[in-house]
Amino acid sequence: MSEQRPPVYPYIPNSVPEVKEQMLREVGAESVEEFFEDIPDSLRLKGKMNLPEPLLSEQALKRHVEGILARNTTARENLNFLGAGCWQHHVPAVCDEVNRRGEFLTAYAGEPYDDHGRFQTLFEYASMMGELLNMDVVNVPVYDGLQAAATSLCMATRITGRRHALVSKAIGAEKLSKIRDYCRPSADIELVGFEAETGQLDLGELKGRLSSDTAALFLGNPSYLGTIEQAGGEIADIAHEQGALLIVDVDPISLGVLTPPADYGADIVCGDIQPLGMHMQFGGGQAGFIATRDDEEFVMEYPSRLFGIAPTRVEGEYGFGDVAYERTSFAVREEGREWVGTAAALWGITAGVYLALMGPQGMAEIGEGIMARARYAMLELDTIEGVKAPLFSTPHFKEFVVNFDGTGRSVAEINRALLAGGIFGGKDLTQEYPELGSSALYSVTEVHSRQDIDRLIEALREEVA
Amino acid sequence: MGQRDITKERYRDGKPVLRRFHQARWDEPIIFELSRAGQRGILVPELEEEIRARAGDVLADLPDGMRRKDPPALPELSQPQVVRHYARLSQENLGADLNVDIGQGTCTMKYSPKINDQLAANPKLLDLHPFQDEETVQGILEVMYEFEQILKEISGLDRFSLQPGAGSAAIYANVSIIRAYHEAGGESKQRDEIITTIFSHPSNAACAKTAGYRVITLYPDDDGYPDLDALKAAVSERTAGLLITNPEDTGIYNPKIAEFVDIVHGAGGLCSYDQANANGVLGITRAREADFDLCHFNLHKTFSTPHGCGGPAVGATGVKEELARFLPVPLVEYDGERYRLDYDLADSIGKVGSFHGVPAVVVKAYAWAMSLGADGLREVAGIAVLNNNYLLKKMLEIPGLSVPYAKGKRRIEQIRYSWEKLAEETGVHSEELGIRAADFGVHYWTSHHPFVVPEPCTLEPTESYSKDELDEYVAIIAHVAGEAYTDPEIVKSAPHNSTVHTIEHEPFDDPSQWAVTWRAFRRKVGGD
Amino acid sequence: MTEAAGRCPKLGLIVNPVAGLGGRVGLKGSDGEEIQKRALELGAVPGAQGRAAQALERVGSIVHTDIITWPVEMGEDVAKGCGLDPTVVGSIEPGRTSAEDTRHAAAGMLQAGVDLLLFAGGDGTARDICDAVGSEVPVLGIPAGVKIHSAAFATTPLAAGDLASLYLQGRVSALREAEVIDIDEEALRGGDITVRLFGYLKVPFRTSLIQSLKSASGPGEKAAMQAIAAAVVEVMEKGVPYIIGPGTTTREIMTGLGLGKTLVGVDVVEDGRIAATDANESQILSLIAGRRAVIVVTPIGGQGCIFGRGNQQISPEVIRRVGRENIIVVGTPDKLNTLAGRPLWVDTGDREVDGMLCGHYRVVTGYNEEAICRVSG
Repeated sequence: MSEQRPPVYPYIPNSVPEVKEQMLREVGAESVEEFFEDIPDSLRLKGKMNLPEPLLSEQALKRHVEGILARNTTARENLNFLGAGCWQHHVPAVCDEVNRRGEFLTAYAGEPYDDHGRFQTLFEYASMMGELLNMDVVNVPVYDGLQAAATSLCMATRITGRRHALVSKAIGAEKLSKIRDYCRPSADIELVGFEAETGQLDLGELKGRLSSDTAALFLGNPSYLGTIEQAGGEIADIAHEQGALLIVDVDPISLGVLTPPADYGADIVCGDIQPLGMHMQFGGGQAGFIATRDDEEFVMEYPSRLFGIAPTRVEGEYGFGDVAYERTSFAVREEGREWVGTAAALWGITAGVYLALMGPQGMAEIGEGIMARARYAMLELDTIEGVKAPLFSTPHFKEFVVNFDGTGRSVAEINRALLAGGIFGGKDLTQEYPELGSSALYSVTEVHSRQDIDRLIEALREEVA
Repeated sequence: MGQRDITKERYRDGKPVLRRFHQARWDEPIIFELSRAGQRGILVPELEEEIRARAGDVLADLPDGMRRKDPPALPELSQPQVVRHYARLSQENLGADLNVDIGQGTCTMKYSPKINDQLAANPKLLDLHPFQDEETVQGILEVMYEFEQILKEISGLDRFSLQPGAGSAAIYANVSIIRAYHEAGGESKQRDEIITTIFSHPSNAACAKTAGYRVITLYPDDDGYPDLDALKAAVSERTAGLLITNPEDTGIYNPKIAEFVDIVHGAGGLCSYDQANANGVLGITRAREADFDLCHFNLHKTFSTPHGCGGPAVGATGVKEELARFLPVPLVEYDGERYRLDYDLADSIGKVGSFHGVPAVVVKAYAWAMSLGADGLREVAGIAVLNNNYLLKKMLEIPGLSVPYAKGKRRIEQIRYSWEKLAEETGVHSEELGIRAADFGVHYWTSHHPFVVPEPCTLEPTESYSKDELDEYVAIIAHVAGEAYTDPEIVKSAPHNSTVHTIEHEPFDDPSQWAVTWRAFRRKVGGD
Repeated sequence: MTEAAGRCPKLGLIVNPVAGLGGRVGLKGSDGEEIQKRALELGAVPGAQGRAAQALERVGSIVHTDIITWPVEMGEDVAKGCGLDPTVVGSIEPGRTSAEDTRHAAAGMLQAGVDLLLFAGGDGTARDICDAVGSEVPVLGIPAGVKIHSAAFATTPLAAGDLASLYLQGRVSALREAEVIDIDEEALRGGDITVRLFGYLKVPFRTSLIQSLKSASGPGEKAAMQAIAAAVVEVMEKGVPYIIGPGTTTREIMTGLGLGKTLVGVDVVEDGRIAATDANESQILSLIAGRRAVIVVTPIGGQGCIFGRGNQQISPEVIRRVGRENIIVVGTPDKLNTLAGRPLWVDTGDREVDGMLCGHYRVVTGYNEEAICRVSG
């Protein structure tokens, strides 16, 4: 006959009653209650929290959670063409192997001695990104591409001492929303439009809005709408002429084939490394990067940590640490150099693994392969009656806008029909960009085979007929 | 030699012998140094002939300036080399899985259950795109919704957003909500000040400042509590809000917290509760009881999700009903049958993080909370605090150590100790002791800057470590502290048994020497 | 300049043999032959030698240096006692040394081109050295006196030895200005405390050994002062005289206005121009007669005093006329942290004015950053 003993929890070693008793005795307390006696009674929660019954056995927990998740149907179980900031790329097995190792997964903020591994892997990540971007300074990752964009803009205002900032309209609603909220105290945001035909930045409008009060121009390349900006160099010149900085938001997986923005004059480059080895995870695989040249003026304005290499007292041995730990902001009127905290370091390590596996050849091949598949899809889609693909007559990387005005159908209707056939159609842009009519943003990557794309074409052809 | 009873050799004079620890030291080159031209780590899918033929030369269509000329100088390694390199580096990293990680005070380095990691690695989550039709993601939406209900009960507040990417992001979101609230009330111009305390997490001040506020910091009174009189002097019609942690990083619970909230409310401000240290008060006290308007939890602290070397993570931000309209979009709604993403909050502050935050972290936190239930969570708090006070008693036996403030009061969750006496008597600093501790396989963190408590050391045992492990930790620290008196040189020249030896710091602060990337290093040092 | 550069670093050593003499036997300070005689009669044992030896031993065990020192009890004895082989320069009358000798010694060290001047003594010694060399050579104090108010001292002799070693090895290169303050001892023994901000010494300092913390630290001290200056300059109104007290932080405000500042005196600024330099009480009073004025002060000397130590020109009468609501207190977070929770304090000499000044203040600690600090009488 077993007596009512309080449960012992596997995650709480000292919940074993005998141990608990022993410790209480050593501390000189009757019960755990005594430790809370400084909390006024009026602030104490009366009674028990009203929470679901616990799933004490691991088996019950697993069954419960897996049961819930089973109600999802995934991109891989279907055929997925969604992008818009989170993309379906192949995740190498070695990437998962590395970021699932407990040594990395459960580490946090140790010193560059006991956590040497973390420092070296992140330094190597930054170094590999530096090669990809052709820049000498890359930060430890921030939360996501949205944060990287917003912080880049704030950095530009601090570096130039100016408030006015120009942002391309083709950056997507989420990113714009984040920028508007985050940059409010330090920048006055103004939008610059794109050409209806080509999706390229409207240079005339740019020149009109740019002035000697402008801190920076921010644009994506490829843009949110998938277009590759052709006149990067010219844009940089226009901005620099007025003393403004050029900030370019890139897709890192494109840089095996596309020119790194630094080469055509970008001063700050930012973006999201999710395509480099992170599963989509319902949007939870994002991590942002910011890169600049190695000018003290720029380095001092990073809010993020920057890991540098340095010798130890033993010859031939190297260690790591924080560069410019005390950031002396050149803008004395510090509108706050933002903050540093837990963000997305594990994804930085993972992206390093990805780049190391791919190497220069892999990055070139994947970039070209993605563009070819996307081009194939565009050409085939365009053969469908009433469908225009791409909407913009300009080179694209992996995403492109498909217009359905000619079909008389809304994107919502089309996507519903596609979904019934197990296909996730491109993101509906109708609300975000009403000027584009009935349009959707399609993303085609190296995960799509010819059959996949053909299947999409067939389904659409049937649907709009 | 014959057989010896090694179990007896683990003790000397009745005390356990310390481990003869040595961390893995691989002297592993920088990955670029392992490169050999031509090697491939992975091959990409081949392009089908039909696609190649149809698409043509896609790169030729790019204007010259847009086509990459020189391939990126990434290292070229074969796959096993990559695995080996990273495996070695992982051995040179002391995660909470490996060491008694109570030295990272305020980080709540508790056990991250492996089952939760596995549940979150389910392809049914990994392969979801954030913009998929709601019908296809009912499972993950359910987890997010149910976890929100759990947080509501734990805090007593009414609505939560799981979107912010960690604690600081959540604090920033809360400040944004405070700003939106005052804007709606037409008082945002007038209310341009936010009050916080020196022992709250520095992100409270930093985030408020980033949001454009003037930050007023309260220093503690003689007992280490935030000074109530100072608060009264600080509030005015310019007060937008108060950001405060309780217990603070010192581990002391401020019993007058309700008065603090009251005073700020009286001046027309809102109060936000930074619950980074919630681990010690789960089920004991809540944001609601003190009448807080907002709060946030660090899921990677209290809720056990792994720290990942510094993320990914989630800072869950919660509010009273009347502030729900300002939350970041989307929120998860449930009508009894289906889960829905609600983007229709007219007064939302917009997006704080991309998509829906980090759902994998939410799954882990949810699973953790579900495995414990109300009683289990109460036990977490109880044992965490018991461990903390047990540790306190043992640590105070070490010569040279003291605990400032609140004499005789119990400590919640963590404690900031001081080695002031030891430093005075031996000339050895707290940071040096911490580094020497690495020679025994543990670590400790001093404090945020600036050091208000002199020669600080902040320890947080949480509920995850056994009595034996706590004893081991204390034995190590006692040993190292003893060395400060008897053999300070060995402490000052530490570490000796770690991954590398003392790192020179000069290059980090000198623009002509610092190198954040290998290419910068080669350029500055190698003259490349 | 240091070992790192290849040549052997030069360390200057000066010991004030009578520093600390008075304290143990209850005398305030040790300046002057008479006092020294009395102290020795009372059984005082000079402590400076022992403390200097502690520090020097530490240095010697870490780094090889060329030691340059003054004869006999002013450094030679200590160096040789540590088993070192110093170069001895200068001359003294053993047993009858004075402040003049300290000054000569410091000047001598400067001339000999030392990389660091290590001295054992108290505030008075710091003052004498400052008098002789100002900020021309890096200096570090081994605390051995009764009055250690100056920020030029390490916390203990061992700490002095450590920091000196790191500096000489080139592993620490940051230097900051430490205020040198001095109390007029004659007056002090007569019960009258008159404190002056004497000047500044350049002292090595070490930022945290560990840089990998969870969150970034704020800006450095200099940047913090600049931020404070920007905040104050921004609110300065036209047609209002600003009485700027002495200190490195307040000096930054003047720099922010593009103006020079007297090192140790009180300056008055109006409409971005200097109205008075190193003003005394009556000059200040006449400048502010009949109109609103503002006082800007910072705690000096690491003890947290905002009125009454080093800025007595801002007299009780001046304070009364200006009014408490027109007083701006500034201080960097690091400065406030040296208080270790103690309140700021005042000692104007006028009980009523002291009382008026007590209470909580908003101290400007950065741009758009303030701290609430208590001021007590």
